[in-house]
Amino acid sequence: MNRIDRWFLEHAAPAFTGFTVAGDPDPEASVRVARTLVDAGVDILELGMPFSDPVADGPVIQRADQRALAAGTTPDAVFAIARALRADAGVPIVLLTYCNLVLNRGIGQFYRDAREAGIDGVLIVDMPVEESDGVREAARAAGIAPIFLVAPTTSAARQDGIIARASGFLYLVSVLGVTGTRNRVAEETLAFIRQMRSRTALPLAVGFGISEPEHVASCCEAGADAVIVGSAIVAIIERHLGDEEEMMAALSAYIATMRAATGEAPR
Amino acid sequence: MDSSPRFGHFGGRYVPETLMEALLELEGAFARAQADVAFQRSLSSILTEYAGRPTPLTFCTNTSRNLGCKVYLKREDLLHGGAHKLNNTLGQALLAQYMGKTRLIAETGAGQHGVATAIAGAVLGIPVDVYMGATDIARQGLNVDRMALLGARVIPVHSGSRTLKDAVNEALRDWVASVGDTHYVLGSIVGPHPFPVMVRTFQSIIGEEAREQCLHKEGCLPDVILACVGGGSNAMGIFHRFIGDPVRLIGVEAGGEGLHTGRHGASLCAGTEGVLHGALSYLLQDAAGQIADTHSIAAGLDYPGVGPELSHLTHTGRIEAAAVTDSEALEAFGYLSRMEGIIPALESSHAIAYAMRLAGQLGPDDIMVINLSGRGDKDVGEAALRGGVSG
Repeated sequence: MNRIDRWFLEHAAPAFTGFTVAGDPDPEASVRVARTLVDAGVDILELGMPFSDPVADGPVIQRADQRALAAGTTPDAVFAIARALRADAGVPIVLLTYCNLVLNRGIGQFYRDAREAGIDGVLIVDMPVEESDGVREAARAAGIAPIFLVAPTTSAARQDGIIARASGFLYLVSVLGVTGTRNRVAEETLAFIRQMRSRTALPLAVGFGISEPEHVASCCEAGADAVIVGSAIVAIIERHLGDEEEMMAALSAYIATMRAATGEAPR
Repeated sequence: MDSSPRFGHFGGRYVPETLMEALLELEGAFARAQADVAFQRSLSSILTEYAGRPTPLTFCTNTSRNLGCKVYLKREDLLHGGAHKLNNTLGQALLAQYMGKTRLIAETGAGQHGVATAIAGAVLGIPVDVYMGATDIARQGLNVDRMALLGARVIPVHSGSRTLKDAVNEALRDWVASVGDTHYVLGSIVGPHPFPVMVRTFQSIIGEEAREQCLHKEGCLPDVILACVGGGSNAMGIFHRFIGDPVRLIGVEAGGEGLHTGRHGASLCAGTEGVLHGALSYLLQDAAGQIADTHSIAAGLDYPGVGPELSHLTHTGRIEAAAVTDSEALEAFGYLSRMEGIIPALESSHAIAYAMRLAGQLGPDDIMVINLSGRGDKDVGEAALRGGVSG
């Protein structure tokens, strides 16, 4: 069984999912960052594959992509980072990437390399289900969950189409906009989570704009099975560039707080 | 959940989920507008009464004598705003109104598309925000001022290479957040479906007119049509009506400092297949799939991708792709100015430069039509800096 499916089967509380750009600030330090996230309590680890033109990402993750690329992070390096983490952790790993990096490598090769690196799910941010026949086939062959986004703008008909084609979990985009932190979770977001909860048994992971313990609690109360925190983590890395000890301490403290908010929530 | 219409295997709709419904809405509205007599009448009227269509097909006496073949220019430089861009922005702005959108956003490279969107927004009473790379703002000051004067807000883009590609990224990011009330006026035949088809449809009037004008003046079709290619909207605009005709169609790309240097913008000549800004097309990328930095003296050609329809037609061999260097374009810029009293945009100068090279293969009765996609006033400063204005 895929590690993602097993996680949701075996746990009653929601999953705290932490994101970091693989290779930020550089490939070696990035492995230490990811280990810190896991040690501090991240239930599912999301690794971003840095891309030169990340149109779905806000400035914080754009800068992280640039740091990673400047440090020489290739897709090969990202797979090596995942492999290093897999060697000493059983945590589910989801890879976030952009379409061109998958096509460039060859779809079949990309998913074979992902499986070999111990990756459990792949989300291609700029590939809607309509264009995804080839990648879903390759994902299935490799035993990797094809993860898809559902946005507040997604129509009921297309929600059904996505639900029928996704596995692992559904990634609910909580706000209209790019990644980045927001002050609060809007009532519409909670209504969106409740609406999706009524449509599918697939685990629901809510991301984009989640950064505070209160966000986590309200999403989980509305029916989320996981919350995804990205920009807030990446911002901590950015704030502590040049002082790795401080960086790791700050990451651990933040993850512990957020993880506690998730663990106390019902599911 | 069918995949979207394509040109051969090129095109598609590779966008974050948040934009999918907006693209489907746009596709539906565009199809309705195409069949709506009232919409078509408004578009036709504004193009004629306001924008100045039809534009002339000018026979170039001096250049024809000098090059040894019949040379015509399709005068999109005479369209209001000084470039072909207004054909598309008026069409899309009317369509935005038709859909009830209350705000327009656009990207711009050379500034021509930004100016054309600002014009359309001003005349139709819709607010406009234009994203423009910081590098391009520095080299296209005149157009930045024109946009401001026309009431548009110019938003500098400091990410990535700070040129057209990054302006598109920022416009897409804005649209993801504002999709309910905002229409994104994409300026070329790039991007996710339906943009490539829609922009080409609005630009096809160039070729419709040119074909009729050539038949009227010469009694036959031209032998060769040349157009510069950045994203490719002026090229597909003039080529489209001739696809089924026995006419050579040549797209001329930015050779920059030379294709061998890697500092250029020639996606058709030197690119490989990939996805950028929502479509599968030829693009300039490194071995791992990161988008390459590009270079051209012409900001409007400084782009690592190209339209999927042009990619397909180049792939099938129907369209020939060529490239000329910065210095060849600069030479053509001066050449046409002195020969005909017409200052071409540095973008259009690429097509002229290749025409000068090609003329040796043509005889005195052969007819060449060059799409003069824009006027070059905006480039005079840049050309002067590079020593391209003295005789």
